[in-house]
Amino acid sequence: MNEMMPTPEIDYLPLLPMIIVAAAAVIGVIVEAFAPRRARRPLQLVLAFGSLIGAFAALVWQSGVRSTEVEGAVVIDGPSVILQGIVLLLAIVAALLISERTLDPAGDAFAPRASALPGSEDERQFTSRGYLQTEVWPLFLFSVLGMMLFPAANNLLVMFVALEVMSLPLYLLAGMARRRRLLSQEAALKYFILGAFSSAFFLFGSALTYGYAGTIQFSGIAEALTAQPGRSALLVGGLALIGVGMLFKIGAVPFHQWVPDVYQGSPSPITAFMAAAVKVAAIGALLRVLYVAFGGIRWDWQFMLWVIAGLTMLVGSIVAISQSDIKRMLAYSSIAQAGFILVGVSAASQAGLDASLFYLIAYGFTTMGTFAVVSLVRDSTGEATKISQWAGLGRKSPVLATCFAIFMLALAGIPLTSGFVGKFLVFEAALAADAIVVVLIGVLASIIAAFFYVRVIVVMFFSDPPEDGPSVVIPSAATTLALAISVAVTVILGVLPQPVLDLIEQAGVFLG
Amino acid sequence: MIGTGAAMLSDSAPVLQPLAPASGVFAYLWVLLALPLFGAAVLLLGGRRTNRWGPYLGCLTVITAAAYAIALLVSMMALPADERAIGQSLYSWVAVGSFQAEFALQLDQLSMVFVLLITIVGSLIHVYSLGYMEHDVDRRKFFGYLNLFIAAMLLLVLADNYLLLYVGWEGVGLASYLLIGFWQFKPSAAAAAKKAFVMNRIGDVGLSLAIMLIFVTFGTVAFDSVFAQAGQASETTLTWIGLLLLLAACGKSAQFPLQAWLLDAMEGPTPVSALIHAATMVTAGVYLIVRSGAIFDGTAVALTVVAIVGVITMFLGAIIGSAKDDIKKALAGSTMSQIGYMIIAAGLGPIGYVFAIFHLLTHGVFKANLFLGAGSVIHGMDGQQDMRRYGALRTAMVVTWLTFMCGYLAIIGIPPFSGFFSKDDIIHAAFEKNWIIGVCGVLAAGITGFYMTRMIIMTFFGKARWEDDVHPHESKPVMTIPLIILGIGSLFTGAALVYWGDIVGWLEPVTGLQEEPLAIPTIALEGITLTVVLIGVAIAIAKYRSTVPVEPPPGNLLTVAARNSLYDDAINDALVVQPTYALSRGFVTVDDRVIDGTVEGSASLVGGVSRRLRLVQTGFARSYALLMVAGAILVAVVLVVVRLS
Repeated sequence: MNEMMPTPEIDYLPLLPMIIVAAAAVIGVIVEAFAPRRARRPLQLVLAFGSLIGAFAALVWQSGVRSTEVEGAVVIDGPSVILQGIVLLLAIVAALLISERTLDPAGDAFAPRASALPGSEDERQFTSRGYLQTEVWPLFLFSVLGMMLFPAANNLLVMFVALEVMSLPLYLLAGMARRRRLLSQEAALKYFILGAFSSAFFLFGSALTYGYAGTIQFSGIAEALTAQPGRSALLVGGLALIGVGMLFKIGAVPFHQWVPDVYQGSPSPITAFMAAAVKVAAIGALLRVLYVAFGGIRWDWQFMLWVIAGLTMLVGSIVAISQSDIKRMLAYSSIAQAGFILVGVSAASQAGLDASLFYLIAYGFTTMGTFAVVSLVRDSTGEATKISQWAGLGRKSPVLATCFAIFMLALAGIPLTSGFVGKFLVFEAALAADAIVVVLIGVLASIIAAFFYVRVIVVMFFSDPPEDGPSVVIPSAATTLALAISVAVTVILGVLPQPVLDLIEQAGVFLG
Repeated sequence: MIGTGAAMLSDSAPVLQPLAPASGVFAYLWVLLALPLFGAAVLLLGGRRTNRWGPYLGCLTVITAAAYAIALLVSMMALPADERAIGQSLYSWVAVGSFQAEFALQLDQLSMVFVLLITIVGSLIHVYSLGYMEHDVDRRKFFGYLNLFIAAMLLLVLADNYLLLYVGWEGVGLASYLLIGFWQFKPSAAAAAKKAFVMNRIGDVGLSLAIMLIFVTFGTVAFDSVFAQAGQASETTLTWIGLLLLLAACGKSAQFPLQAWLLDAMEGPTPVSALIHAATMVTAGVYLIVRSGAIFDGTAVALTVVAIVGVITMFLGAIIGSAKDDIKKALAGSTMSQIGYMIIAAGLGPIGYVFAIFHLLTHGVFKANLFLGAGSVIHGMDGQQDMRRYGALRTAMVVTWLTFMCGYLAIIGIPPFSGFFSKDDIIHAAFEKNWIIGVCGVLAAGITGFYMTRMIIMTFFGKARWEDDVHPHESKPVMTIPLIILGIGSLFTGAALVYWGDIVGWLEPVTGLQEEPLAIPTIALEGITLTVVLIGVAIAIAKYRSTVPVEPPPGNLLTVAARNSLYDDAINDALVVQPTYALSRGFVTVDDRVIDGTVEGSASLVGGVSRRLRLVQTGFARSYALLMVAGAILVAVVLVVVRLS
């Protein structure tokens, strides 16, 4: 921007969590290139889990720091620490699911060589030789890095870079399913094309905003809003286009159509990761853009968010009713859930921020759990995702079915689950902001949603199992642990949410 | 207390009692909840190991809770009337900014009578279930669910704030669905469970909206602070809160227009019908309204709607009960009708609150008695529930017959048995407020006499119409002893509560002061009511004295309608279910079929890679993108419109 770029003074300690993940991802690429095939998987597992746990430890160690780093490009404040913490914890659970390789007799959830054409001779050969790929891991870590940077970015350019670092690996990961590869590749391609499209929106919006404010720094945009409060097409256009780019990632209506296809087609561990962690990162970034940069014109975007949130909740809930595939149903459910979170975001208040953060934690872990269960219910062709195939699951595997029932009740917002506390907090925050109509729509949507959540419970517990029904694979310790964590968080946040609420409350406000 | 309270507040408002800290025997209030919860946890998590002794543990926890409840009652009676409300805070549940919800319990006179009803009737039903469910392979789970229900119901009545009450509210719902669907091998049971869940969700939404509105209005959800400020809120706000609370009550208590699930709920085992769908859970709506008396006092509109809903349901239930041939469904109709009486009483305002609770208590006892009696008959008849297949059972099942007669005399209100006291009080209070409601109450009492007499004649008198291989036999002592206890309770609870327990004086600190003695001479009104009841009885005797055909006769229009539960299913289906499905399908057509309709089939398309990819590139992704552009335009337009406005 200026003729002379000053050499930035960087305090590396607060950035340590991101640096650890980034370093591990790069080393992972090197491992893929140079390590012998047999050593790759153990090395990658050590790298992935080591870096994620290490990054979380560093985050906790540095959690008291509140500063802007790298010449104001990255901001470390309470919400960013919380969001990075959620992303890391969810990533650890997702890594447990990705590492699972006992479910499918042929190997893990990923295609042996993603480059082989589906149904080709190459593919058969790779499968019969028992190839497993480990490129998944560095891709996964890069995506985690993007998710950590996304809500911590303090200007539009860094935010865009983070968006792409997060998304590009996901496009690839979505296309790597071992089973039903056509569906998976179709999903990846759609996700990529539409994702690129939405990135263009974001970029164009950033350019317009720069045109208005003369800066891409969030604090600078906020200052420009107070300095020149006049109406500007550049400002409105910039806000709208940036909003579209982020709402796409969140999966809000009417930018949601990729969600069911991609969630259905992707390998279940990746679907779990996307459904949970991308939403956390994207909502976090949206919160920062709207609250910090565009906080001065909240009256403009608040109404827009109400419309989007209302649409998202209704469309997600209504369409989910008639889904016959469990992954598609969960996809529409996650659309509806995004709507509920947006209700919290639209409150434009501290209560709204806190409620949204809590909802993200609750939603993230519950969602991880649901997809973990989906990955366990299988028949000879892979996962049995027809809801009708789940009939009588409660009698065949009562423990697993009970776990899934708990997740469904949480998503439906039944008390003593995390979902209830989350819904209550976002609705309360929205009511305090006088958004009565949105809250009414939200409550209406939650009745409709209860219908399809309960339908699964009824099918599992109150129906006879079909003759050739799927069986539940006994998971290894990894998936069991992931499932146990998800259930524990879902129940504990419903019964004893106070410690987490306190944590969020202490985290405080965005640094401008 | 009465003097100072009345001086401080308007004369009919409930008097707010300060909560005393829990000490002495009250210090272990949480144990009441913990006992059944412990039982449920052991039974449901313990697996098959607990099969043998689990059911006994389930009974033991509830009986212990009942014993503790009685100890609490004795201690409470020893306290002065104005120190009987006890509060115990367990921990801070949700606290964000100005929003506080404690996990805190409150035991006052109103909670106390509920705790006694739940634990004592619950104990009897648990013991009875030992016999009734003897041969069921899953009976461990059954007792686990029953214990879970008791814990949730106790939480509902012991909560000291609306949010915690909501937890209990959903908890009893959950236990109820699990128990309705307990016999999963019957598809009708699974369907009934789902129906109960969905219809109750509508009511629950009323409650959650009410809680939010309460918080926004008063800044708190704790009962004592809300009621203390109730007088300051505007009447419109109070009306909205009141109507939303009424919606909640309609869902849980099967009141019009959310009554349809209760008849289907009879698919559950009979002890469940007795405990949950007659004695306790379905009265939670009455509890909610009476508990929120301070809010309803400020809104004549909401109170009137409450009374109207009560009147409608009272007649609906009575008419349905008169036509059903299934003994449990007839009793379910009767339950709806009797809860209608309670809702009417609650809708009369402070004058009726006490009578609502009074009738709730006597009804809890005699309806549990009737249901368990019906269960004994069904048990003896090898699962037959059609009364047209009964007849002449009084000789085969003497104890059941005699105890059922106790419940019968109580429900139709023959003096000096329970229903006489409680129902007549409601009718009396209704005449004080509005003579139309009073007349309706008298008429419904007549219909009660009719359908109950019909039930008695079809079941115990006349000729035997049993199916060939059925040999009715009296049930075992484990079932008949609870019946005998409840039978005695049916006869005398009413008198005991009036003459010995002084129910009116006991509840006064919670429900507010009673108004002046009633103007209409009591004797005259009682005479009229009794005459109408006897006319109903006489019509039933005249109609069913002679032979009862095994196949139901054609019947007139009203009979046919009543046999079909007044077409509530058809109405719900046409008004709610079909439109929702149509809407969903419509959305799907746009969202799913047209745009990516081939996704479902794509798994089978192993070949044709290029064709698929081409389709993706040229067709579908493009239309998604098009929609995104449309969405972007929408976002921009909304932003601009907001700017300009």
